[in-house]
Amino acid sequence: MSKTMSEDELRQRTQALLAEAHPDKVDRVTFRGTQFDHGLAWVHFPEGHGGLGLTPNLQAIVNDEIRNNADTFYNDIELNPIGIGMGGPVVLTYASEEWKKRLLRPMFTCEEIWCQLFSEPSAGSDVAGLSSRAVRDGDEWVVNGQKVWTTLAHVSKWGMLVTRTNPDVPKHKGLSYFLLDMESEGVDVRPLYQITGEAEFNEIFLTDVRIPADRMFGTEGDGWQVAITTLMNERTALGGGSGHRKAGPTATLEHLWNDRDKTNTSAAADAIMRDRVTQLHIESELLRVTSLRARATQKTGGNPGPEGSVGKLAQSEIYKRTWETCLDVLGKESLTFEEGYELRRPAGSPRTPTQLAKYQFLRSRANSIEGGTSEVMRNILGERVLGLPGEPRVDKAVAWKDIPRS
Amino acid sequence: MDISFNEEHEELRRTVRRFLDDRSDEQAVRNTMDTEQGYDEDVWKKMAQQMGLQGLIVPAEHGGAGLGAVEMMVVLEEMGRALLCAPYLSTAVLAASAIAEAGTDAAKKEILAGIADGSTIATVALVDEGADWGVGDVTMKATADGSSFTLTGKKTFVLDGHTANVILVVAHAGDGLALFRVDAGAAGLETSALPTLDQTRKLASLSFSGTPAIRISAAGDQTAAIERSLALTLIGITAEQVGGAQRCLEMSTQYAKERLQFGRPIGSFQAIKHRCADMLVSVEFSKSAVYNAGFIAAEGGEGLAEAVNMAKSYCSEAFFKAAGDTIQIHGGMGFTWEHPAHLYFKRAKSSSLLFGGPLQHREQLANRVGIS
Repeated sequence: MSKTMSEDELRQRTQALLAEAHPDKVDRVTFRGTQFDHGLAWVHFPEGHGGLGLTPNLQAIVNDEIRNNADTFYNDIELNPIGIGMGGPVVLTYASEEWKKRLLRPMFTCEEIWCQLFSEPSAGSDVAGLSSRAVRDGDEWVVNGQKVWTTLAHVSKWGMLVTRTNPDVPKHKGLSYFLLDMESEGVDVRPLYQITGEAEFNEIFLTDVRIPADRMFGTEGDGWQVAITTLMNERTALGGGSGHRKAGPTATLEHLWNDRDKTNTSAAADAIMRDRVTQLHIESELLRVTSLRARATQKTGGNPGPEGSVGKLAQSEIYKRTWETCLDVLGKESLTFEEGYELRRPAGSPRTPTQLAKYQFLRSRANSIEGGTSEVMRNILGERVLGLPGEPRVDKAVAWKDIPRS
Repeated sequence: MDISFNEEHEELRRTVRRFLDDRSDEQAVRNTMDTEQGYDEDVWKKMAQQMGLQGLIVPAEHGGAGLGAVEMMVVLEEMGRALLCAPYLSTAVLAASAIAEAGTDAAKKEILAGIADGSTIATVALVDEGADWGVGDVTMKATADGSSFTLTGKKTFVLDGHTANVILVVAHAGDGLALFRVDAGAAGLETSALPTLDQTRKLASLSFSGTPAIRISAAGDQTAAIERSLALTLIGITAEQVGGAQRCLEMSTQYAKERLQFGRPIGSFQAIKHRCADMLVSVEFSKSAVYNAGFIAAEGGEGLAEAVNMAKSYCSEAFFKAAGDTIQIHGGMGFTWEHPAHLYFKRAKSSSLLFGGPLQHREQLANRVGIS
């Protein structure tokens, strides 16, 4: 049950936090730790666990108050996105009191980074069909298998692991959800290089990894439910577009267009390309407006309409076309790729608009795959929003071990 | 600016939908579209007298409700959804706003009350024969004869030009573009209904030869005022497009749930399901485009012209795609005269081209936002 608190009182509490620890004067861990202790980390969490038992929309008041009164803003959703965005809600829902005490504070301060071990080489969209196995051995589970596309695993302390504990029941029913200490023996994290040459992600080999039995979230066989809680928090984090005009991929496209080499192009070619650029300008604006509409509905407390569900699909497809059009605008210049393909971790160095376009032309191909492929998103829109019937399922009532696998 | 509808808007939407469900169902549309007149006098009368729809944006002092672009958009979305056959866009949006924007106080007093009470059907004759949709493309000149004027020349693609009692003609006077009133039956005026691709929306060509006309716009060039009126009309057309596209989505989804082939509903096949999902995305984007323009117009915000260009470009293409896909999803049934899909398909293409197609609006937008 949510408590009520006036916005004024919440602002006063934030002022009290700033009086005790100010972001311009103390380091990140001290400030964020104090914020947590004041119940201003996640205001909708219970008291003692970084919250005040309020409604989630009130968090914006706290963040605004901090931003308005300090030059430094520790926006650590960027540092620990999986932990703060998805781990927090899961820990709150499924972990014991003792584990909540142990995990939430260092998660919020970003002293401990989190990752999620869901996807496997044989299980992408059909993640419930995954093949890694955990076998019980006394007070421990012994895990073997391989995970892929694991963001931040190479710097993580904790992993949220979904693995199969019973292959003899249908796939959704034989999974369990574990809290994995990434420093355990048998956890081998390797960079997974993608088409840009960078490794934003990892693949993880799990060999006879031992996990104490009390580190299971939910009960044995309940892992799918817990995973759904995690994934629901992922999709809301993706999609919706840039909140500002003149930002995002279209801004780069329009910059490159207005900066183009106008020699060696015919009026006809120029007119066609200009129309493509303008179409993307429109779609990008409508992506922004659609997300504003969704937010306005949320604010009035109305039921979220379809405008809230179309963002992820639309954004992925629009971004891919925008970056592709950038390369067509650049023309011959796109034949070269100055930053090269040296296999590496992302360095985070700034790129010029031209460099950014060439890089994103490659990187954006993942937009329509990560966090739910466009095909899966269309199924969700078709089935959950429009109410169309699902595909006949050949794997639903069959024991996992009897399902054909590639 | 918050783009969200309040309870009064929703109530307006429900009321209009109930009325149209009752008086503009598919059979009514088919009966009415088959007449040259193109509207049902009883329905028109009730729209004005019971619902107050013709006076929606007419100021209260002239007998209207004095509402704005948001309410107009809500009403036209419902009319587009039902394919209402009536001279509503021409009378209650285009002509009413042209008078409000460019008319003298006397003209407002003379014409607006008749629009609001349903006794006047009015339209604007904009496009010269052979010319394009822009206000700047008008070359017709009024001839001054003392304090009165005569018009000679041809106007075409005039919405409901054959049934309007009051025709507002856009033509040049000595001091710039002006609005002239010509009444039905005036000397030297010939009107002829055009055989339209979309039977639910009537168009006419008008020929003037020495036709007496009364100047009803204030002194000076009225280009900007007429453009404001066209912007509002375009918001109306795009709202109709949203309503039509939404209806196409509903028909397609419903059919995909009911039609069985290969032993299961065709909506369970991803080929059909994904087409419906993409239609949903484009309908939501269309709503964003129109609502954005409508709320900017209502609040007098910046960027109205750009928002209107975006809406006309996007909604035109989205509605046409939705209507085409609706035929495809319905298979052979969708190609028959008996099924309503073709009514939406024809409306979609004609409304896409009315007052400038997507390409023209994108070109204008590019100029406005500096895509050079």
